[in-house]
Amino acid sequence: MLILTCPVCSVTAEETEFHGGGEAHLTRFGPGASEEEFENYLFMRENPRGVHFERWRHVYGCGKWFHAARCTTTLEVFGTYPAQTLEPPKTLRAQISKKRPGWFWRGFE
Amino acid sequence: MKRYSVFAVAREAARYHSGWERAWRNPEPKAKYDVVIIGAGGHGLATAYHLGKRFGVKRVAIVEKGWLGGGNTGRNTTIIRSNYLQDPSAALYEKSRALYETMSQDLNYNVMFSPRGVIMLAQTHHEVRGYQRTAHANALQGVSTEFITPTRVKELVPIINIKGPRYPVLGGLWQARGGTARHDAVAWGYARACSDMGMDVIQQCEVTAIRRKDGKVVGVDTTRGAIDCEKLGIVVAGNSGHVAGLAGFRLPIESVALQALVSEPIKPCMDVVVMANTVHGYMSQSDKGEMVIGGGTDGYNNYTQRGSFHHIEETVRALIETFPMVSRLKMLRQWGGIVDVTGDRSPILSKTPVENVFINCGWGTGGFKATPGSGWAMAELIHKGHGPLTDDFGLNRFREGRFIDESVAAGVAH
Repeated sequence: MLILTCPVCSVTAEETEFHGGGEAHLTRFGPGASEEEFENYLFMRENPRGVHFERWRHVYGCGKWFHAARCTTTLEVFGTYPAQTLEPPKTLRAQISKKRPGWFWRGFE
Repeated sequence: MKRYSVFAVAREAARYHSGWERAWRNPEPKAKYDVVIIGAGGHGLATAYHLGKRFGVKRVAIVEKGWLGGGNTGRNTTIIRSNYLQDPSAALYEKSRALYETMSQDLNYNVMFSPRGVIMLAQTHHEVRGYQRTAHANALQGVSTEFITPTRVKELVPIINIKGPRYPVLGGLWQARGGTARHDAVAWGYARACSDMGMDVIQQCEVTAIRRKDGKVVGVDTTRGAIDCEKLGIVVAGNSGHVAGLAGFRLPIESVALQALVSEPIKPCMDVVVMANTVHGYMSQSDKGEMVIGGGTDGYNNYTQRGSFHHIEETVRALIETFPMVSRLKMLRQWGGIVDVTGDRSPILSKTPVENVFINCGWGTGGFKATPGSGWAMAELIHKGHGPLTDDFGLNRFREGRFIDESVAAGVAH
């Protein structure tokens, strides 16, 4: 059971109050994009054994989307942060580096 | 290899069972093989078996980071059926179901295949229409299924409550020739047959790197030394993303935990397999008498092989409405396995961007039923580079929009 803190309403709750929304920070591609870009955007997914960044929604709370950083092997939650960002915040990345030296995820480390 | 038979049992009974051989050898890895298969689960072993049986390729190693059949092969709920909607799926799963019928004889190993019949309950009007459509599609595909009435469901499953207040049973998709098999025995039988053909099943041997030269595979590095190979098959289910990363390509796959649980053993009360996709629960009774219950997946990527309590609650809550007697059962144990799920809920059996590397993955929540058919088809793909059963399941189908969309029926229980 994950315990997440919603960065919008600051409520800390069990995972049943939230709903996972898949990989975070996807770049949208649309008309004019190459086939490969479109395939990557629609279907290819990061599937790491370790540090992962995801979108979550506080469905049975404030209803807002946010981001979470999590370990897929231990289920440790490193932190949550608002949806209005294109990449994981630097402070959070530094915190993760302390716990998981050498981690990388889609170009971030 | 000494064959198992009634005469062997009699012979060994007369000498205090002192003459039984080990079922398979436990060899050291050699320096080079024609084909290396990563993953000694059911699918990997079946692939090796059919490479040897169908194509005479016997210089084969199957390397396994844990123990034989210790991943999803030993964790599933052993259901075998082939009532799929799309033609390519029906062809592959029906081939597989047919191979199960003769598997014990083919392998000289009792896999306890029990064609007891599988019902998929229709509990909403949407499901009724969906399963009627599947029954019609199956008729055209040559897969024997029928849509049955609630009364017939009640005849087949006396313990069911067809008048549930929330999800009444409105009918069912019945496949009389589906059933179950002993999942460990499937892996063990294949391992024994592979070992007998001179193949090496190497356990506790994790692949740490995949060596390539000019875009072509030349070998693998493992925790037990380097092994060269001409061709490489990746058959690692939940860890597909990780191993594909070692070979330098990405997959349209996410790994999640799927869990199951069994009850205390009770007297025989249900002699068919029942799947209830609306409420995400399925149940059968094992030969030991335990009720084997499969549930849903965790809703997020993870590699923990344990599952979670609130999903058990969801599954059991749904089942006690449909099977009221379950409410008085004690659950004995629960476990999880890591399943590799694709966007269209169909598997990938494909060439990869690395020449001579082939991948078999994406079986998601329902790979056990496909074990022999998957091995049959994958062996042909590795040997010839293409095959009638695998051509539609290529990695390029995502780019080209040729999905084999089985997710329309249900997000779980495939």
